[in-house]
Amino acid sequence: MKNLLILGAGTAGTMMANQLRSKLKKDQWKITIVDQYKTHYYQPGFLFLPFDIYTEDQVKKVGKKFIPKGVNYVQKKIDRIFPEENKVKLEDETINYDILIIATGSKIAPEEVEGMKGKNWHKNVFDFYTYEGALALRNKLRDWQGGKMVVHLTEMPIKCPVAPLEFAFLADSYFKEKGMRDKVELTYVTPLSGAFTKEKSAATLGYLLEEKNINLEIDFAIESVDNENNKIIDYGGKEVEYDLLVTIPTNMGDEVIERSGMGDDLNFVPTDHHTLQSKDHENVFVIGDATNVPASKAGSVAHFQSETLTDNILLFIDGKPLKEEFDGHANCFIETGNKKALLIDFNYKQEPVEGTFPFSVIGPLKLLKESVFNHWGKLAFRWIYWNMLLKGIPIPFVGRNMSTKGKKL
Amino acid sequence: METQENALKVDRNQEGYLTDFSQWNKDVGEQIAQEEGIEMTPRHWEVINWIQEQVKADKALSIRGIKKSGVLDIKEFYALFPGGPLKISTKIAGVPKPKSCI
Ligand SMILES: Cc1cc2nc3c(=O)[nH]c(=O)nc-3n(C[C@H](O)[C@H](O)[C@H](O)COP(=O)(O)OP(=O)(O)OC[C@H]3O[C@@H](n4cnc5c(N)ncnc54)[C@H](O)[C@@H]3O)c2cc1C
Repeated sequence: MKNLLILGAGTAGTMMANQLRSKLKKDQWKITIVDQYKTHYYQPGFLFLPFDIYTEDQVKKVGKKFIPKGVNYVQKKIDRIFPEENKVKLEDETINYDILIIATGSKIAPEEVEGMKGKNWHKNVFDFYTYEGALALRNKLRDWQGGKMVVHLTEMPIKCPVAPLEFAFLADSYFKEKGMRDKVELTYVTPLSGAFTKEKSAATLGYLLEEKNINLEIDFAIESVDNENNKIIDYGGKEVEYDLLVTIPTNMGDEVIERSGMGDDLNFVPTDHHTLQSKDHENVFVIGDATNVPASKAGSVAHFQSETLTDNILLFIDGKPLKEEFDGHANCFIETGNKKALLIDFNYKQEPVEGTFPFSVIGPLKLLKESVFNHWGKLAFRWIYWNMLLKGIPIPFVGRNMSTKGKKL
Repeated sequence: METQENALKVDRNQEGYLTDFSQWNKDVGEQIAQEEGIEMTPRHWEVINWIQEQVKADKALSIRGIKKSGVLDIKEFYALFPGGPLKISTKIAGVPKPKSCI
């Protein structure tokens, strides 16, 4: 009996367990998946939780429900990987493997910036990238009287790179609906040289911030959060004051990657861009947010990767060459507020462009343009996530590789 | 949109970044530095080389990351490339500036 071990039962790990269990012979391969938590969170829902659009119950479920029969589910903390010895040490046992899949994701590291996780953390300095942060922020917003709200991005890469902008757009709508938009001064602060950094997006979407009366502060490389005077300070000496700071801290891979000596400075594992095999060990594969590939860190990306990776694991077992197939394909809905959204579809080489995107049921969707249908698409994504994506059911019409059909190139 | 800079014979985008790193050499870097009003010293080149190596190794570039690297401190980085050190140094290095997906 051989052992296939999956580390992390988040979006990517759960999908791999489902896809591989139906493909690998039960009398030949034992599949084990390890995660520290009992709960599986729908992270895209953390964007909506602060604005009372989703409830707690809509963004979390018991993780085990999504692990197929015939897969050994272990709820423990992973301590260290020993890739030279083909084994992984958990908190109180060691598991040997023939093939390892690393799917430990990425998480926020607010301690990387001086003062960020200080005395005001979750008081007037919030994240919304964790369940706890999103919930604390919701409770704060419910009776916030207004003032200066600053939405801030620390540095790239982050998971779901559009989430901070979406947050700013939704905040504008939220305060409008509450009849208090005039009491809130909204500012978006980014280390990049614009809110939109790709040529086509900047040209077609540049109007959004102005239309929503959101101030923009660019090239802001944060040095520290000043909790005494409620301001963020940049290395060049610039300062931005806030009453309420909503920040996306530095995103990093889990410490287990660092402890195992397998990651880069941000604990992301060096991975082949197209096969998803780790660069250093041929029987170690990496998927989702844990890789260092220059694709977006998103659930849709993990989904496209999982199809290529499933094929490659089967090829690897048969001793055949791997498919150099993954193209960085991402497909994301972007909320723009007022019950509208955008859709973008792109890969390593092709930046998001305008056009149409084929989609079952509600018909072709507009790319890089606001529409009500795209907003429904975003909300439908939650159902698709729990009922199709995690279970490894292919989404109709959305292929693993990006298609140029309908795109204005 | 790609523009051909006659003097340099390299492809650059609207903002002046190289679109193909294989066209980069030290003269190209020197010329871009001049456009940015920067006089290159050996210390500048050390930083440029380091940036190119980071990019080759798929490592994300950020100001905080530079601080952590121990290669140079942030004050010096701002002094070498005043204004927007990452924006300017990546342009001289012939690599893309840090971006988002849109
Ligand atoms: C606010 C927000 C909005 C988003 N919006 C979208 C969106 O609209 N569309 C989209 O496609 N994506 C979106 N995403 C991104 C998406 O959620 C992630 O890209 C996706 O979940 C990545 O899957 P993963 O399996 O790689 O990592 P995760 O799902 O994060 O799973 C990693 C798992 O590994 C476990 N783990 C890690 N280390 C250890 C350890 N040492 N021991 C035990 N267990 C460990 C963790 O507990 C976790 O369960 C969003 C994310 C956020 C935060």
